[in-house]
This record gives sequence, C-alpha cells and structure tokens, in this order.
Amino acid sequence: MRRSAKDTADSFRTVSRRGVILGAAQLGFAGLLALRMRYVQVDQADEFRLLAEENRINIRLIPPARGRIFDRNGKVLAENEPSYRITIVREDAGNVEEVIANLSSLVELEDDDLNRALTEMMRSPPFLPITVADRVTWEEISRVAVNAPALPGVTPEVGLSRAYPLGEPFAHVVGYVGPVSDRDLARYEEPEPLLRIPRFQIGKVGVESKLEESLRGRAGAKRVEVNAVGRVMRELDRREGVAGADVQLTLDADLQNYMQARLGEESASAVVIDLASGDLRAIVSSPSYDPNLFVRGISVDDYSVLRDNDHRPLASKTVQDAYPPGSTFKMVTALAALNAGVISADDTVWCPGYLEVASRRFHCWKSSGHGHMTLEQSLRESCDVYYYDLALKVGIEKINEMSAMLGLGVSHDIPMSAVSAGVNPDKVWKLREMGKEWVIGDTVNASIGQGFVLTSPLQLAVMVARIATGRSVTPRLIKSVDGVETPSGAGESLGLNENHLRQVRKAMFEVSNNRRGTAYGSRIAEDAYRMAGKTGTSQVRNITEAERRRGVTRNEDLPWKRRDHALFVNFAPADNPQIAVSVVVEHGGGGSAAAAPIARDITLQALYNGDPPLEAYPSKDRDRIAAQQERLRALLAARQADQRGRA
Amino acid sequence: MSYLEYAIKTAPTGWRKILYLNWPLVLLLSAVAGVGFLMLYSVAGGSLTPWAEPQMKRFALGLTVMIVVAMVPIWLWRNLAFVAYLIGLSLLVLVEFFGTIGMGAQRWIDLGFMRLQPSELMKVALVMMLAAYYDWLPIKKTSRPLWVLLPVVLILLPTGLVLTQPDLGTAILLLASGGMMMFLAGVHWAYFAGVIASGVGGIYTVFLSRGTTWQLLKDYQFRRIDTFLDPSSDPLGAGYHITQAKIAMGSGGWTGRGFMQGTQSRLNFLPEKHTDFIFNTLAEEFGFVGGFSLLLLYVLVIVFCIVSALQNRDRFSSLLIFGIGLNFFLFFAVNMAMVMGLAPVVGVPLPLVSYGGSAMLVLMLAFGLVQSAHVHRPR
Repeated sequence: MRRSAKDTADSFRTVSRRGVILGAAQLGFAGLLALRMRYVQVDQADEFRLLAEENRINIRLIPPARGRIFDRNGKVLAENEPSYRITIVREDAGNVEEVIANLSSLVELEDDDLNRALTEMMRSPPFLPITVADRVTWEEISRVAVNAPALPGVTPEVGLSRAYPLGEPFAHVVGYVGPVSDRDLARYEEPEPLLRIPRFQIGKVGVESKLEESLRGRAGAKRVEVNAVGRVMRELDRREGVAGADVQLTLDADLQNYMQARLGEESASAVVIDLASGDLRAIVSSPSYDPNLFVRGISVDDYSVLRDNDHRPLASKTVQDAYPPGSTFKMVTALAALNAGVISADDTVWCPGYLEVASRRFHCWKSSGHGHMTLEQSLRESCDVYYYDLALKVGIEKINEMSAMLGLGVSHDIPMSAVSAGVNPDKVWKLREMGKEWVIGDTVNASIGQGFVLTSPLQLAVMVARIATGRSVTPRLIKSVDGVETPSGAGESLGLNENHLRQVRKAMFEVSNNRRGTAYGSRIAEDAYRMAGKTGTSQVRNITEAERRRGVTRNEDLPWKRRDHALFVNFAPADNPQIAVSVVVEHGGGGSAAAAPIARDITLQALYNGDPPLEAYPSKDRDRIAAQQERLRALLAARQADQRGRA
Repeated sequence: MSYLEYAIKTAPTGWRKILYLNWPLVLLLSAVAGVGFLMLYSVAGGSLTPWAEPQMKRFALGLTVMIVVAMVPIWLWRNLAFVAYLIGLSLLVLVEFFGTIGMGAQRWIDLGFMRLQPSELMKVALVMMLAAYYDWLPIKKTSRPLWVLLPVVLILLPTGLVLTQPDLGTAILLLASGGMMMFLAGVHWAYFAGVIASGVGGIYTVFLSRGTTWQLLKDYQFRRIDTFLDPSSDPLGAGYHITQAKIAMGSGGWTGRGFMQGTQSRLNFLPEKHTDFIFNTLAEEFGFVGGFSLLLLYVLVIVFCIVSALQNRDRFSSLLIFGIGLNFFLFFAVNMAMVMGLAPVVGVPLPLVSYGGSAMLVLMLAFGLVQSAHVHRPR
C-alpha cells in the first residue's frame, strides 16, 4: 500500500512543526539550566565556597600544659608528668581480637577498660585511635614498643597528667583536678571549647579550682583538612597555645609535712601565719587523703572508705569547719571591755564558782571559785566568771564589734574550697537566723566563746595574729602567680589602744609561762622563743543529769564523738612576735592537755625551721620529745621514700 | 508503507556508507564522553582505574555498536520495531522474577560480561515502536480516540512494569518520551491539555485534602512527599546529598578550583561523585565555564538531531530521530536539574559522562539508529 502524497506532505508538515516547537522548548529548558548554573556558581559562589571550607577544615584544639604549683621555697606541689597510654586503631589492627590477645600477654589489661574500649571502637570510625590501657608503666610501654611487629595498629602514646608529688599534707590546700563534668560546664555561660576536649581536666577543689583560670593557660589550635567521614588528611597550619601560669604558695612544705605527721591520726587542724606578711606558712587538716587517687578517678571502694571515716579526711577542717572557740575567745571579750572603758586591767572581780544572771546559774569551770581576779589572773587561769561579769558590763554589741575587728565572723579571702565565715552573733543575727529575741544569757555564754559563737581554726590564727601585731593581718596563701607577687597581708593598724593590747599579750604570756597558767606544762624553755597563748576547751554538749548520776563527770568517760574539742592559740616569740598559731583537736578533751603541746612543737619547728634542739623544751619533757622527734623523723623519711618510689 | 519510498537507489551502499555518517554528531558524542573520561580520572584521585579506563573501553565498544547499527538500513530497523518492543517488554517481565536489585532500585540481568537493564533497552524500543506506529497510521486518523488509546496502552505497559521495580525515574522518562512522541506525531493538543489539567487537578486535590477529614493520603505519605520535593527540610538525611552537591557546584565559582583540586569530591563530601553527581565534580573543578561548556555540547547534540530530523522526509526516520534526541535531552536535563537542586533526586545518571556500562551502550545503539536514518534518508 502506497501512502498518498497528501498524507506524506501533511505528516511532514505536522512532524516538522511540532519538532521545532519541542526543539525550542528543549533549548528554553537548557537556557534555564544555564541560568541556574550561573546563579549557583557566580551569584552564590562566595557563600558556597565558605561552606566547602567549613566542610573541609576542622579546627583541633591543642590543650595547653597546666601551670605548676610550688611552695614558698620552690618545692613542687603539683606538676604535669608524662603518662603513657596504649591506643589501637581498628583499621590498622585488622584482627582486633588477636591483637588484643597479644597485647594482654605484655600489658596488664583491666576487663572493664577493655570492654569499654571495644564498645567505643565499634561505635567510632575505624581510623580513630581508641585508648585500651591508660597510665601504663614505662616498662610496659617498652615491651609494647619492642613487640611492635606483632601488634599492628597499636601505638604507645605520651600525654601529660597531673601529679601531686607530696600528696596528702597538701590535699586540702592544693586540691586536685578531674575530668570536666556536666556540672562544671553548666557553671559557665559559654564554656571554653577546651573544656569539651575528652579527658581534659580542670581543678575540682582547692587552689587547683580557685586559680583555674590562671593555671589552665590558653589552648593552641591546628587546622586540619578532613574528609567526609572525619579522617584527617593533612595539617594545614597550627598556632601553639600558652601554657598555664605557675603559682607559688606561701606554704612551707617542710613545716606542712611536719605538722601533718605531728597531728597524726587525730581529727585535728593547725594553722601557722607569718605576722610580717600574713603568709600562711602552713595550714593542715588531719587526717588527709591522697589527691592522686582523684586524678586517676577514685574507685568506689576507696571513696567510701574516705567518706565513711568518722574523722572526715575529706573535710578541710582549717577553713570549712567552725567550732565554738571556748576560752580562746576570752581575749576578744577582754579587749572589748578595755576598749569600751568599762573596766581597767587592775579591776578585780570576785569568782565564787558561778554567777547568777536572770535567776540562772552560770558555772565557772572551777566549781570552788577563783576568788579575786584581775584581767591577767583571769586569763592565766581561764576564770569564766570574770568574763561573765565583763560581758554584762560591756554588752554583746561591743563584743561583736571587737570580734569582727579581729577577723571573726568574716570569710577570709583565700583560694581554698568552702571557706567558712563562722558565726559572730549579735541580736540582729539571732532574730534573723533563729527568729528569737536575744536574751542576757546569750551574752554570758558568748563571753567565753560558747553559745552561738563559731570560729574556724584559720580565723583563730588570724585573731591571734591581730592581737599580737595590732594590725589587721589578713591571711595570704598565694605568694605569686606567673612570677607576679601578690599584695602582702601585713595590714594597717587596727587603731586599738597599745596599752590594752600589751595587757592582753602579757596575760597570754602568763598562760604559758606562769606556774599557775593553764598551759604552763607546754611552755618553751628557750628564752628567745617563749610563746604567749591561750587554751580553750569547747563543749560539744553538756554532760546530762542522767550521766552525772551514773558517775560520768570526766570527759574521758564519754564516747569520742561527744568529748570536748581541745583548742590552743598562740603567738611567738612573745617579745618579738613572728608567727601566730592555732591548733584545734576535735574531741581531744582539754585544750591544755591535747592542743597546747602540739602548738608548742609546731611553734618551735616553725621558729627553728626544722627540728628544735631539746634544750628548747623544759628538762622534764626532753626524753619524751626526743623519742617523739625520732618517731616523726622516721615517719617523714618513710613517706619521702614512698613518694620517690611513686614518682 | 514500503521501503520503495526510500529511493534505495539514492542511498549509499557498502563501505561508502561510512562517509555519509553524521560525523559532527559522532565528534560531539566523543567530546561529551571525553569530558566523562577526564572527570572519572579526576574523581579517582588522578587514576585511570577504577573508572576511567573501563569507561573508555565501553565507549569504544559503543562507537562500534553505533557504526554497525548505522550500516543496517533503516527500513529493516523499522520492520523490527514491534519485535524490539516485544523483546523489551518480555525482558521487563523476566527481570521482575529473575532480576537483581542494585543502586537506584534498577533491576538488571547479569549477562556475565555486562549487566543488562531492560528498562534502558525499553526506552529505545518504545521510541521505535511509536515511530513505526505513526509511520503506519494515516495522518488523518492520528487524533481519533481509538488510535490515541492504542499508543497510550503501548506506553503505559512498560511504564507500569518499570514502576513496579520500583524505578520511578525511568518510569517518568518513559512516560514523558512516549507522550512527546505522540505530540510529535500530531495528536491533537486538546488531549495533552486534558491529561495535564486532570493531572494537576488530581495532585492539587490530594494536597488540598491534607489536614481535612477526607484526607486522601496518610500523614507519613505526605511527609515523604515533602522530603522528596524539598530535601532541605531534612538536611542530614535526604537533604544531605543535594546540599553537598550544591556546595560542590557553588564553590567552583567562575573558573573552578582547578583540575583534581575539588575538595568536595576529593574528600568524599560529594555523594555518588562518579555516577549521578559527576556534573558537580565538573562544576567544582572547572566552574561555570566548565559546566556551561558541557551543557553547550549537549545542546549541540540536540540541535544536530533536530536538523537531521527536519532534513529527513521519511516519517519513521524523522520521528525516530526526534524521539531519540528527546530521550537524550530528558536524560541530561533531568540529571542536571536534579544535581542543581531544581528537581528532586530521582537517580538518573548524566548520559555518556556518568560511570556505567549498559546505559552508555544502549545510548550508542540509539544513536546508531539516528545515524542509520541519516545515512539512508531519501534524497
């Protein structure tokens, strides 16, 4: 069948026309594509170039070396030591299980660590190094290095980790570092990117925490090119960081070590302040703990041992605990009364063994009474009735003022954790805190440092320092940061009458140098170094009637937790004061028996810069002291050997 | 409808046919393929393996196939059109049962030396079938309903089979090229207007029902459509690819980042960089200049096809050349629109440039038919 010519011609016309229409449409669409190309590649080019660079370039932080911490003589208290760890790169290892089996014959691998590492390994890209063993020894690292051919993908890596070579005596002051927690991050409005680095450590407690900003330094950064799965292809450039600033403390490591050993197993604290500068020569809380345990991540068992110990090793008792100061507060009452002009030092008060105030009997510790008492005699023998009488004359406001002037009820600004302000009570305080009116009995109790008054051992030392100098000595813990000396804490004159101060100091001298003084047993025999002090015994609670009936009248008969706190404060040498000391022994019993001997040893150790000659002690004590010195020297030597072994 | 119309005497014979090939078209196709080799070499990090070399070999094979097909007289191909269509259809049925599913949900049959995708073959067979149908149908009958229904069935049969694979991209291409063939042949425009209007109306109704009590699709189905239409609403999932592709393209700027210097493709941010998204590698490394040049080459291929079709007074040949040109156009236009973020990602490779064997061979076979029609045209 032949097609008609008309059909062929019609068809040709139609197909051609429609072909041209479709062709034009195709060209039009191609034009659209070209315009789109121009829009994306020319108009938006800069924007997309930026996005491509963001894709490609990663900024990796280089953690800075943390600043070190030294004592006043340059002994290292906190440093960064190289720590070795072993990592495995999955894609290089091939058969991971076999490699780990080989590795475990050379290095001790913890099952927990291993399981964690294996899960981490399966979850992350195959080229990322995963830590399988942390803090391995140098010997283990060497063994791994020697056997490298059998261990594909295994790399020993060196990092820096924090170490506290002197350990326990400095734990409460220096503190420790630990990995950044969510709570740490929450503290900052906009946390530094550095804090997000895995395993990055920041100060958690003490100076490490309070001076974190100075110690941390500034991160360096390197720009690396990465591919889509995050593998680093090459390093583009790097900027080195700035190491953290070194910090020097005012502490004397030798004295601190000695004091820690001297306090021994007691739950106790002691502070030594340098009067010329306010420098804290030592600030010791006992018992203590090893901060290095916390850096490594303390085990649950170790931690519960520390937490459940009734002597509270984790507590920094020198600053965070506040005790009733007991009789060590009597200087404050005396100065308040002298300063107010309501008494003079020679006025006498009759002590019959008690004082009746508002139809309530306030007992003196000596129930038979002291008879006629002057200021000097009352402080020397710690007569309570004398101070009850003073308090009634001078009133709580003046006592409160004097307390504040001497640094009680004030939170001293030193970079330790949880520094307590204690309590310096007055009428307003009681109404606010307890919702009750102040009664006269409160004033009577406060006059001998009982009732509401609470002071920390640091505050007691500051109080004595101010009495000894007449200046507002403020404690200083940081000697310098990055070589820049911090301002001295010597302080300005308090403006107190020098005669009054001299009378109180003289009375304190009598406490430990007069045959009738409460601390005469703990006197110093060396004339140049004689001390002036004050004992204190603060009641934890009264002996109950029931106990009295059962025959319990002595402290030693009570369970430890309910025994009195023993306190002693002093300055020395008496005629040329250089240091102020406070000692608190929790539940230690009487201040003269439990605290004063410790304070004397510390005072002499500080003044002699080492073990004092036996001649500094009264002759009858010398044998006992010689034995004690021997024992402590051995203890310190053993501890030093232990530290060297650990390093 | 006999080949007597073809004025056999004026057609070249024997080896002389080679001289009568549409040589500019051959050169253009080789140039496009050459761009492909260059980019495959680049994305392999400056290496002939694993992509550039096999691609060259396949293109050489493709050229041979094209010339062999071109030597066979076009009337023979016309008579084989129905057979080709039937073979294509039965292969599509066969692949439903014995095929293997791979990337992009396309099913193939492993022939050992190559993977045959029946849906690729079907694109050419459908064009041949429709061209032959309209060659046979007197022009007056073209727009009569019954004679319109028949090609619609011819189109929907393979489209439906491909859709069940499920290869949405190829199904749309089949539908579009079939429809355009009918338009070319002179089917009344009212049919197209009707189909388009009802299609738009249907889609509009479905979307209108969203959130009402008579909602026609389930919520998750709507959400899928959302992501399909606007990948940036899901930047880490479906949107990731297209976002990275646009970054690659945009960062090229005017002249590109330099040969083998494209960071997006070199560092693997660009997905499917050697197949569907190879255009973005080109655009990144050679910029607007490079991308536009390739587009120009493609447009020239189309222009040469149109000119060849217009010159050809044989109805079958003319329809065939237009049809294959259109198929080629749809191929690269859909891919480019997709990688530029103008169309949803449907998994259509860039013809002759993307790495892939069977698509290229089928394409060269189709151009063989174009060449045959050109060589044996009535003079």
